[in-house]
Amino acid sequence: MPSKVLKVEDLSVTFALRNTEVHAVREMNFDLTAGETLAVVGESGSGKSQAFLAVMGLLARNGRATGRAMLGDVNLLGMEKSKLDAYRGRDIAMIFQDPMTSLNPSLRIRTQLAEVLVKHRGFAKEQATRAAVEMLERVGIPEPAKRANAFPHELSGGMRQRVMIAMALLCQPKILIADEPTTALDVTVQAQMLDLFKSLTQDFGTALVLITHDLGVVAGVADRMMVMYGGRAVETGMTDDLFYDPRHPYTLGLLHSTPHIAHRAARLDPIQGLPPSLEHLPKGCSFNPRCAFCFDRCLEERPPLAPIGEGRAKACFYEGPLSYEKVA
Amino acid sequence: MMTNTQENLLEIRNLNKSFSISTGLLGRPLELKALQDVTFSVKKGETLGIVGESGCGKSTLGRCILQLIAPDSGQVLWLGRDLTSLPAEEMRKKRQDLQIIFQDPLASLNPRMTVGEIIADPLRTLRPELGRKERRARVLKIMESVGLLPEMINRYPHEFSGGQAQRIGIARALVTEPKLIVCDEPVSALDVSIQAQILNLLADLKDEFGLTLIFISHNLSVVRHVSDRILVLYLGRVVELASGDDIYDDPKHPYTKALLTAVPIPDPKLARQRDIDALKGEIPSPINQPSGCTFRTRCRYAKPYCAEKRPPLETIDGGRLVACHRWREIEVPEEAVLVG
Repeated sequence: MPSKVLKVEDLSVTFALRNTEVHAVREMNFDLTAGETLAVVGESGSGKSQAFLAVMGLLARNGRATGRAMLGDVNLLGMEKSKLDAYRGRDIAMIFQDPMTSLNPSLRIRTQLAEVLVKHRGFAKEQATRAAVEMLERVGIPEPAKRANAFPHELSGGMRQRVMIAMALLCQPKILIADEPTTALDVTVQAQMLDLFKSLTQDFGTALVLITHDLGVVAGVADRMMVMYGGRAVETGMTDDLFYDPRHPYTLGLLHSTPHIAHRAARLDPIQGLPPSLEHLPKGCSFNPRCAFCFDRCLEERPPLAPIGEGRAKACFYEGPLSYEKVA
Repeated sequence: MMTNTQENLLEIRNLNKSFSISTGLLGRPLELKALQDVTFSVKKGETLGIVGESGCGKSTLGRCILQLIAPDSGQVLWLGRDLTSLPAEEMRKKRQDLQIIFQDPLASLNPRMTVGEIIADPLRTLRPELGRKERRARVLKIMESVGLLPEMINRYPHEFSGGQAQRIGIARALVTEPKLIVCDEPVSALDVSIQAQILNLLADLKDEFGLTLIFISHNLSVVRHVSDRILVLYLGRVVELASGDDIYDDPKHPYTKALLTAVPIPDPKLARQRDIDALKGEIPSPINQPSGCTFRTRCRYAKPYCAEKRPPLETIDGGRLVACHRWREIEVPEEAVLVG
C-alpha cells in the first residue's frame, strides 16, 4: 500500500470582506499518495487555488482556513509562520503560473537556489551551489553552469519556469503543488514541461498536484482528478473514468466545452450561463441554474459528495444517463 | 467549403515590419524583424486561422492588416485597393469594413463609458450622419444579436464578467456592419465554458452577417475548431498555409507537425498513445535570427544546407503553401531517406 503523504480533512476557506464573509472553499476532503498526480480542475472562482494556498499557509491576510491538512502527523493549517517554514520548501513546495513574480529579480539564479539548501538542509554555500547547478541540469536547462549566473530577467519564460521547478525540487519535497504551471508557456515548451513533470513523479516519488483549467493538460499527466465548482469538489475519481464516463453534469459540460483537435465538432455544447458569484451562491446545488439535468430536489437541497463505486465520488442527485442527446 | 474560385477580399503581399529596440544612450538600436515577406490572401466568407507561438508576429500581422501599425513595406490589398497608401481620411472610412476584437475584453473597454456609449462609439465617428435615435436602434439590435439584454445599455464595463465584456467588444466591432473582423486571441482570457459560448456566438454571427474572419490564436485546438484554412507563422514568416483538414491530417512543414503533436488532447487514452515529437529548445530571439531556414535550430530534419539557403514559400498541390527545403523527403519515414 503506497503511503499517503497528505490528508486534507474538512478544509474550508473564508475571506472577511468589509461587511460580509465569502466562502471560497467548503468542506474539502482528499488525500495524496506518493508518486501520484492529482489534477484539480475548475474555472475561475472555483476555489482550486485558494484551497492549496491555504494548505501552504499563503492565504491573503483577510483569509482564514479551518479543518486539517495532515502532513504525516503534523497539521499545517493554523500553524505559526515560523514553524511552517520548517516544512514549506522542504516537504511541500508550490510553484505558480508566472515565475517572474516568484523569483527575486536582483539575485542571480544560483544564489536563489543555493539559499534553499543552505537554509533547509544545512549545506555549505559551495556545496549548495554545486547541487543547484546539478538540479538545473536535471530539469533540462542547457549550459546549467552558465545559466546559474544569470539574473531571472535574462531567461525566457520557459527557462524561468524550469528554474522554479528546480528550486521547488531541491529538497526533494514529498509534495509539489503546481498552480497553472504551463498556462503562460508556448505549446511546444508546455509539452516539454509536462514531460518533465511525468519523469519527476516517477523518479523522485513526488506527489504532484496540478491545478489547471485545461483538460488537455489533465488528460496527458494526471492519475486522478478532482473537479471543483463554487468552492466545492463536485466530482472525484480516476482520470479515465471522469473523461469517458463523467457522472456530474458540470464535468460533462466542461468536456463538451473543450475543442478537440483530433475530432472536430461542428459546434461546441457549452454550459449555459455564467459561473456563480461566491457571495450569492444559489440555494440547493450551486450548479442548478446552469444544469441541463436539474430537478426539484436540486433547487432545495445541496447534494453531498458521496461515493459511487471504487475511488469515485460525485455531488449530484441526478441518477439517469448523462448525455446531451437524452436531454434534447 | 472553400473553393479557389471565390473572390479574394484581402490580399497581403510581401509585408515587412521591423521594430527598433533601443540599447541605451550609446548602443546602436537593434532591429527586431516582426514580419518578413508575409504573403497570403483571405477569401470572402472564410475563416482564416493564424497560429504561432509567442513572438511569431501574429498580433503584429493583425494590426498591420488594419493599419493600426504601418508596415515598412508590402501591400495590404482590400478588394484590390492598397490600404497602406490610402490617405488617412479614406482609411478612416474603410474602418467601417474592417474591425477588430481584442484578447482582454475588460482592458479594451473604456471604464467611464456605458455599454451603450461604447458600442455606439464607432458609429459616432464613422457614421456621423446617423441621428441619435437611429444610432440607439442599431446599438440595441446588435446587443440582441450578441446576447446582451437591452437593460444593460446604461451599465458600465466593470459590472460585467469577462465573457459578457467580450460580447460588448464583439458588439462594438459589429455595429458598423463590417465585412471582415480580425479576432486577436478573442477567447484566451475566458474560462472554458464561456470560451465555448463565445466561439459558438462568433460562428452564429458569421452566418448571420456574412462575415469573413481572421482568427489569431496560440491555441491550435481553438483555431482548428473555427477555421477553414490555417496559416502557420514562425519568427515572422509564413511556414505553411493549408485547409484546416490538410494541416491536421497531412502537415507538410516539420514545425506544423511538431506543433500538432504538442497540443494537449482532452482524451487520456489518445494522450498516452501519442508519441510527442517534442521540439528541442525554444524559439530563437527575433532580434538575432538563425541564417537560412529560421526553424533549422529546432528541426529534427535539418541538414547543413538548411543553414545556408532560406527555403522559398512554395505553392504545392491544391494551392497549399509550404516553406521547407525537405518537405518532399520527410513525407516518408526518416529511415527510408537515410537508406535511399
